Amino acid sequence: MNHGFARPWRDTLLLAVSAVTLFSGVTAAYAQSTIKWLHLEANADRLKTWQDIAAAYEAEHPDVKIEFQFLENEAFKAKLPTLLQSNDAPSMFYTWGGGVLKAQTETGALRDVTAAMDADGGAWRATFSQAAVDGLSIDGKVWAAPYQWGQVSFFYNKALFEQAGVDATTIKTWDDFLGAVETIKAAGIVPIAGGGGEKWPIHFYWSYLAMRELGKDGFEAAKNGDGFTGEGFVRASQKLIDLGALSPFQEGYLGATWPDAQAVFADGRAAMILGFQNTATVQNQTNAATDGKGLTTDQIGRFLFPLIDGAPGVATDEFGGLNGWVVTANAPPETEDFLKYLLDQDNALLQVKQNGILSTTLGAESAVEDPYMQQIVTEMAQATWHQNFLDQDLGPNVGRVVNDMSVELVSGEISPEDALQQIEDAFSLEM
Amino acid sequence: MRGKWPVLVLFLPPALLLFTVFVILPMGEAAWYSFYNWNGYGLPSQWIGFKNYELIFRNGAFRNALVNNGLIIFISICVQVPLALWLATMVSRSIKGALAFRLLFFLPYVLADVAAGMIWRFVYDGEFGLVAGIWHFFGAAPPFWLADKQVAFYAVLGVIVWKYFGFHMMLFIAGLQAIDKSVLEAADIDGATGWQKFYRVTLPLLGSTVRLSVFFAVVGSLQLFDMIMPLTGGGPSNATQTLVTFLYSFGVMRMQVGFGSAVGVVLFIICVTLAFSYKRIFMRND
Repeated sequence: MNHGFARPWRDTLLLAVSAVTLFSGVTAAYAQSTIKWLHLEANADRLKTWQDIAAAYEAEHPDVKIEFQFLENEAFKAKLPTLLQSNDAPSMFYTWGGGVLKAQTETGALRDVTAAMDADGGAWRATFSQAAVDGLSIDGKVWAAPYQWGQVSFFYNKALFEQAGVDATTIKTWDDFLGAVETIKAAGIVPIAGGGGEKWPIHFYWSYLAMRELGKDGFEAAKNGDGFTGEGFVRASQKLIDLGALSPFQEGYLGATWPDAQAVFADGRAAMILGFQNTATVQNQTNAATDGKGLTTDQIGRFLFPLIDGAPGVATDEFGGLNGWVVTANAPPETEDFLKYLLDQDNALLQVKQNGILSTTLGAESAVEDPYMQQIVTEMAQATWHQNFLDQDLGPNVGRVVNDMSVELVSGEISPEDALQQIEDAFSLEM
Repeated sequence: MRGKWPVLVLFLPPALLLFTVFVILPMGEAAWYSFYNWNGYGLPSQWIGFKNYELIFRNGAFRNALVNNGLIIFISICVQVPLALWLATMVSRSIKGALAFRLLFFLPYVLADVAAGMIWRFVYDGEFGLVAGIWHFFGAAPPFWLADKQVAFYAVLGVIVWKYFGFHMMLFIAGLQAIDKSVLEAADIDGATGWQKFYRVTLPLLGSTVRLSVFFAVVGSLQLFDMIMPLTGGGPSNATQTLVTFLYSFGVMRMQVGFGSAVGVVLFIICVTLAFSYKRIFMRND
C-alpha cells in the first residue's frame, strides 16, 4: 500500500537527506546503543519530522544513536523476510499489521511490546486508542506500537455532480450509487477515477462490498475458517461486476497507477474517487494534480461507501489502514523507550500538524485541521468495526489474490465463483 | 601430462569452490524449497511434495507467461534478427553517415532496460503520450494500448524489437567485417547480382554469427524482466507476464518462496533444455 505521493525531486532530496544522516551517524560513533530505524517514507516532509524527533531524543539520551535506513515500498516488502533473519536486522520497522505481521511474529524475529505497554499499570497502553492496540495484537500480545490509521471513503467533485444533476446526499445504497454513476456518465462526465494497474485501489471496492454484504460477524467467520466462497461473497463479487459493466472509470484505468488515478480526480477529469482519508487535503491535491494546484477543499464533497439493502453491514463499519512500529528481537532495550517518545502526545501532535496523518495517540486528533480529516476522526471514534486493508489483513499471498480478482471482476474477465475459488485456493494454503 | 597437475591443483579448487557455493548450492536449495509451502521466514517445514508444481501448471497467468515467452522468441527470430541483419548490411558499407546510423541504431540497446520501460510507458500513455499526441493530431480518440488486454503484449513486443535489434545488428556488423573482401570481389567478377552475393556468399559465411545471434535472442527472451516491470508490471490481467515476471510477482511479492522456487526450477529446466539442444543441433561446428 503506497501512501507516498513522491515526485522525482523529493527522491533526490531524500537521497541527500539520507546521505547527511549517514555522515551524522559517523560523528556519533561514541554512542553505546544504536537504534536502526527502517522506514519506507518517500515523503521528505514526513521524514524531516521524524529526523527532528530523533535528533531531539538523541540530545536527551547521549548514549543512544538513531540510524535511519530507507527502502522503497516494494523493495521493503521483498527484502524484509531476509533482512529480519540476518545479523543486520533493523531495530524497528513499519508494519501494516494483519497477516504479514502475523507471519513475521511466527519466526521469532520480533519482540512483542506487551510488557512495555502494560508497565506502570498500563500507562503506555492508555495513551492509544484501544481499537488501534487491538488491531495490532495477536493472541493477546501487542506486536507493534500503533502509529496512524485511516479510512477509505468516496470523495466527489461538487461542480461535476451539479453539472450532472446528482445530489450526493441521496446516495445511501449501492443501487443509488449505480444510478448516480449512470446519470453522471449520461452527462458526458467520467464517473470514477480508478487505478487498476496497481490493483489494490480496486480491492477497496470488493472489500467494502463484501463487508456490507456480510457484516462484521459474517466476515469474521469467513476469516476464521468458513472461507470466501459463501453466498455473501458471490453477491458482493457480482455487484462489482455490475459496476464494471457500466464502464465507470476513465479510459485506460486498467493500466493506471494510483498517482494516475489521483491526478484524474484532482484535475477534475472524473467526478469521484474511492480514496484514503487525506484525499481532499490541500497537500494531497497539490501533489496529485498535473497543474500542481488541484481542487480546493470546498470543491470536494465526501460520502461513505453505500450500504446494501437488506444486508447486515452498517455505515459505521469502516475500512482502512492501521500502521504501527514493530520492534525486532535483538533491538537495543532503548527501542521501546524511543517509541514511547516518538508516539507521545507532543510528538503525535507534531506529526498530525506537519504531516497530516491521523495519529492513533489519544488527544492528537485535536490538531487535525482539514474538515474532512476531522469528520473521519469523529467517525473512527464511533466506529463499530475497523477492517484493515485486506491485502494486508489476509497476508501477502491471499491479499494479492484478492487484489488480482478485484480487477478481474470489475473488468468482467471472470465469474464470481471462479474468482472466489482462486481466493479460497490461496487461503487454504495459509491454513 | 606431468606439467598439468600443478596447474590443476592450484587453479581448480578456488574456481570449483566459488562455483559450488554460488551456483550449485543455490540451485540445489531452490529445488529443495520447491517442495515446501514456505513464506520465506524461518526454515521451511511444511512439505507438500509436488503441490507447487501442480499449482504452477494450473495457473492461468503462468500459461500466459509461457505463451508470451514463446511469442517473444518467435518475434525475435522472425522480425528482430532479420531486421538487424538487413540494417547491418546497410550500415556496414562504407557510405557517408553509416557510422552515425550505427550509433543511432545501437542507442536503444545502450539504454538501461528499466529506463526503456519507463520511457515507453510514457510514449504509450493515452492521456499525455506520444501515441496519444499522434492520435489527437488526426482527430481520433487516443488508444490505451498498455491497458488493453488484447493489445498490451503487442505493444510490449514492439518495444522489445526496438530495444534489442541494435545489439544483433552490431553482432552482424562484426561478422560482416570478418568476411574476406576478395570472396565478394570474386563473386562480382563472376557476375553475381547483389541478392545472389548476399544469399550465396555473405549469408553462408555469416552462418555462425546468425546462429549465435538467434541463441542470444532465445536466452535473452527467457530472461526478460526489467523492461516489463516498469512498462506494465505484467498487467493488465497478467496479459504481459513473462516467466521471470511471473516468478517475481507470484513468488517473491506474495512471499510464496516455495512456489517461486518451483517456478525457478521450471524456468531453469526450460532454459537448459533449449540452450543445450540448440547448441547441440545448430552450433555444433561453431
